[in-house]
This record gives sequence, structure tokens and C-alpha cells, in this order.
Amino acid sequence: MMGNPMTETTRTPDSQQNSESRSEPKVDIIRVEGMHKWYGDFHVLKDLNLTVKQGERIVICGPSGSGKSTFIRCINRLEEHQQGKIVVDDVELTDDVRQIDTVRREVGMVFQHFNLFPHLTVLENCCLSPIWVRKIPRKEAEASAMEYLERVKIPDQANKYPGQLSGGQQQRVAIARALCMKPKIMLFDEPTSALDPEMIKEVLDVMVELAKSGMTMICVTHEMGFAKTVADRVIFMDGGEIVEEAPPQEFFSNPREPRTQKFLEQILHN
Amino acid sequence: MAESVIKPPKKQLGPVAWMRMHLFSSWYNTLLTLIVGYLLVTSVGPVLNWLLLDADFKGSDPSDCTGAGACWLFINQRLNFFIYGFYPNELQWRIDVMFALLALSFVPQFIENFPGRKWLGIFGMTGLPVVGYVLIPGGSFGLEAVDSAKWGGLTLTLIIAYIGIIASLPIGILLALGRRSDMPIIRGLCVVFIEVWRAVPLITVLFMASVMLPLFLPEGMNFEKLMRALIGITLWQSAYMAEVIRGGLQAIPRGQYEAADALGLGYWKKTGLIILPQALKMVIPGIVNTFIALFKDTTLVLIIGLFDILGTVQSTITDPAWQNVAVEGYVFVAFCFWVFCFGISRYSQKLERKLDTGHKS
Ligand SMILES: Nc1ncnc2c1ncn2[C@@H]1O[C@H](COP(=O)(O)OP(=O)(O)OP(=O)(O)O)[C@@H](O)[C@H]1O
Ligand SMILES: [Mg+2]
Repeated sequence: MMGNPMTETTRTPDSQQNSESRSEPKVDIIRVEGMHKWYGDFHVLKDLNLTVKQGERIVICGPSGSGKSTFIRCINRLEEHQQGKIVVDDVELTDDVRQIDTVRREVGMVFQHFNLFPHLTVLENCCLSPIWVRKIPRKEAEASAMEYLERVKIPDQANKYPGQLSGGQQQRVAIARALCMKPKIMLFDEPTSALDPEMIKEVLDVMVELAKSGMTMICVTHEMGFAKTVADRVIFMDGGEIVEEAPPQEFFSNPREPRTQKFLEQILHN
Repeated sequence: MAESVIKPPKKQLGPVAWMRMHLFSSWYNTLLTLIVGYLLVTSVGPVLNWLLLDADFKGSDPSDCTGAGACWLFINQRLNFFIYGFYPNELQWRIDVMFALLALSFVPQFIENFPGRKWLGIFGMTGLPVVGYVLIPGGSFGLEAVDSAKWGGLTLTLIIAYIGIIASLPIGILLALGRRSDMPIIRGLCVVFIEVWRAVPLITVLFMASVMLPLFLPEGMNFEKLMRALIGITLWQSAYMAEVIRGGLQAIPRGQYEAADALGLGYWKKTGLIILPQALKMVIPGIVNTFIALFKDTTLVLIIGLFDILGTVQSTITDPAWQNVAVEGYVFVAFCFWVFCFGISRYSQKLERKLDTGHKS
């Protein structure tokens, strides 16, 4: 038994990466400059600017329809932006398919509705991309997948199909699946908002652990407790713009913009 | 633990209670039961008499058919022709080998835990056509050539149906993917292809293939009639197949595409590993339905002078030596088709159950 892989920092590959990078000055791993996006004539994202350093944890919040999902989906090019620049790990996102593939290999994503592959077992879900994209031998991929399934605390479900798991378990599998690619950045799009209250905690716990391990994370979430404990910065979006950006203490105790104040009031009253 | 296990209550009905519930639950159900019962009692007896009890199985020529029932002797006597057509007697072992391989590939699919059954199935889809391509026409590896005009009977039916099925599935998949492509030229071509072929009756396709195609082909380039019919049937069938499969592709939620994209799987890996397995599984009933329809539609090759099983039977029942054997002939043909179509249908049901991973959404 190897003990909890979370604490054994030298064993897990991504924490190795992080310990290397910790000695260097922190690099800007994501740069978004003057980015605009339209759906047809509808201007969804307006002049977004954001720089994320390696190991930083960003929480994005804002009212429904403000463009949060669209924004983080631009970062791994699930959506195309029409103006401005997005650079992820020194690779600029353009129409070039090879560059998009490079970025997607380095960026893991967790969706609101899990989006597990229902025709594959949990283990197969996790191994698929390492085997076919990273070209890792099956044995190795499976061993590494089991390690990540242990990290999200469901190694015993490895041979079940997603349809046989609860929502919280499915979302943890989805996190493990993304981690199996050993990404440098993790994107979360409201990972807990489709879950029943008693399952939210088990997913958040996994995310907190992940944050502690030094992963660069961008989370769209309305879990303010999570934002307070984990985030380095909280970003508030409204109407396709970044309205306010501040460390969590400042953001929650002393919001500057009236729109932020109104939003926080609504959220905290519920 | 054991004392706390509670079994679900079993629903048990005695025969009388069952009948009261299912057959005589109301006055009109009672009436229906009586009518259907009367029809069954009056029809089953005569049919059974004709089929078996009064039928003649043994003998050597038409005069041995003396009973009031069916003259199965006729089928018995001409069975060789119905199965092999005009294929030379001494070479029929080649077809027997194909039948054996066909059975070896597909019968194990019904047997749970048969060793290597997956590989046998894959052989049936890929290797078998290749072996058949060498064995049946001959002309290579020291095998005597047999002109395709001599192929007939059940053999020909199976060849046409099998090739139509095996070839139309991949072409149909490509057409369906093409129709949903982002590239306008590919999409346009696929739409035109599908809509043109689907709008033409199979009879027309066969006439075109046998009569008109040679007019358009350059001098010296002339496929055999059977080959032309096969190409026509396959393309026609793949247009149908494409639409069935497109239905499955459309039912895949967008999240599946996005998850595959986010994991960095390229177009072909995403399609082959994530989208198609789910889409095809979803449309198994539709695919099988098209297969069965094609299997029966192969009888239409009769009109361009190919002798499939129906053709061989049809040509024999007009033989003056045999009197009044038409019904026997057609019943035999119907039975052959039923055996194969029922087999396909059962297999698809098995496959559906096996592929069910409990995902409901
Ligand atoms: N494919 C699309 N085509 C056109 N408009 C879209 C599309 N997707 C999203 N939109 C619009 O873009 C806006 C931003 O959507 P987005 O999903 O990014 O919001 P969100 O902040 O994630 O909201 P929520 O909290 O409800 O998830 C919305 O007004 C939405 O209607
Ligand atoms: Mg959203």
C-alpha cells in the first residue's frame, strides 16, 4: 500500500511538476488579452483580460447568462473567440488544429452534467484518452487511473458503468478522468450545481484536495464556501464583462462595484 | 444479515385466475377469446394435416405424391438446385465450405462463453467475404472457374444479401458522418447521394444496373451482371443505412462531443471511440430492420434474370412433370427466408441486451 497519494507528493506525477515549478518564478500559464466573442450578432464576451499564474486558483461567479461558461470554454477552445488573444502554456489558440490539440492535452475540464461516456466502464473512461492521445501503454494507463480513482475515493467502482453510479460519484469519476491526462490546468464549469446537497460536499472535498496539491484551477461555481477557502482570486462577471476581480476576503467583505454587491446580497440571502 | 433480507413479493396466479384475468376479464374479452379460439381450432387441424400428417416425404418421382397433403418430395428432389443453382455438382464442396464457415462465424454468437466467439464474428465480417471471393468464382489458386451465370438458389440469395449488408454498413456510416460534416462540399455530396438513391425504387436500380450501366461504361470495361446488381443494391442500401445511422448520431448529446474534445481526442478517435459506438447501439433495431428488408428485397433480382432461391423454385414449379407443387414451393421459400430473418432478429435482440449498460438519460 502506498498510502494516500495526495500526501505522498513525490509519487504523483503532477505534483512533481509543481514542485519543479515552485523553485522557478511562477509563470503566466494562461493569458487572455482583449478577448471578444459573439454568437451571431449577440456580443457574449466583451473585452476580457485575465492572467493566471501557475498554481493559481481562480473562482468565477456571476448571474446566469453572464458568460461564465462561455468564457472558460474558450480557454480550451470548445468555443471559438473572434477577437483578442488567448495563450495557454505558451501556445496561442488559433484555427490551427494542432495547436488546439496541444492545448487540450494540457487542460482538463469538468462539466456540470459530468459527460461521462456511458458505454465505457469507469476505468475505461479514465484510460481512454491517456491510451489514445498520450499513447501510454494500457497497463500503465490503468495503474495510473486506479491511482486517481483512489484519490477521488472510488477505486471500488472502477468496473461499473457510469449509469450505475450516483451523481456525486459520477462527478468524481469525471474529475479523475480529467486528471488522468495529467493536465497542467483544470477547468470546472459548475461541477456541483447538478448535484443533490448531500453529494456536493464529496465533490468539493476532492476539489479542495486538488487545490492543495498545487493544481492551476479555474472554477465557475456559486459555492462561496469553496471560494473563500480555496481561491486566490474571485472574478465576478456580468453581462459578458469582468466586473470585479479581488482576493476572496476583500471580494466578500468589501465588494467595490454595486453590481457585485447586489449579486452577493442575493446569493448570501438564499 | 440474513434475517433482514426481504425478497420482493412474487406474483403468482393459478391457471383459473390467470384465465379469468387475461382471457375473460370483460364481456368483449370473453367474446374475442371465443372467436379466436374457434378460428384456431378450425384452422390449426387442416394446416397441420397438410403440412405434416397427410404430406409425402419419401419416394423418387411425382407419382409417389399420393396423399392429400403437401408433396415435400418435390422439395426433396430438387433441393440441390434450390441451394446451389447451376453450380457444377463436383464443385459444390466450395459452397459447402462457405456455408460451414458462415455457420461457424455466426452460430457461436448465440452461445454464451463460446471460446473466441468475438474473433469468429470479426472473421465473419471481414475474412469470410475474402474467402468467398476466392472460393466461389474460382479461377485462382488452381480452382476451376465457375461463371457467375451458374450461381443460383439459396447460395445466390445469401451472396447478394451478405455483400449488401456487409458493404452498406460502412458506406452508410461514412455517408451519415459526411452529412453531418462541417465541410459544405462533403456535406453537399452526401446529401445529394443519399437523396438520389433513396428516391429510386430498387427495381429501377436493378434495371439501370443491368440495362443502362453498360451503355455508359467505356468500351471493354464490362462487369458481369451480378457484379452490377451488387453495386446497385449496395449503394441503394447504404443510402438507407446512412439515414438510420444519422438518426443515432443526432441522438447523442452535445456533452459527449464536448467531453471527447476536451480530452483532446481528434475527430476520428472521437467518432470511432465515443460517438459511433453509442449511436450504432441506439439504432440497432433500425439497422436490423433495414438488413431484414434488404434480405427479402434480394428476390427482386429475379427480374434481371438472376436465379435466387425464389427464382429457382419459380422455374421448377412450372416443370410439367410435377403437378400442383406451387404452394409447396412458395411455403419452402417463405420458410427459408423466415429462418434467416428470424435469426438476424434474435441476434440483434441479444446484442441489444448485452450492450445495455444501465444508462438512462
Ligand atoms: N450556442 C449558443 N448560441 C447562442 N447563444 C448562446 C449559446 N450559448 C450560450 N448563449 C448565450 O450566451 C450567454 C452566456 O451563456 P453562458 O452559458 O456562458 O452563461 P453562464 O454565465 O454560464 O450562465 P449559467 O450560470 O446559467 O450557466 C447567454 O445569454 C446564453 O443565452
Ligand atoms: Mg454556465
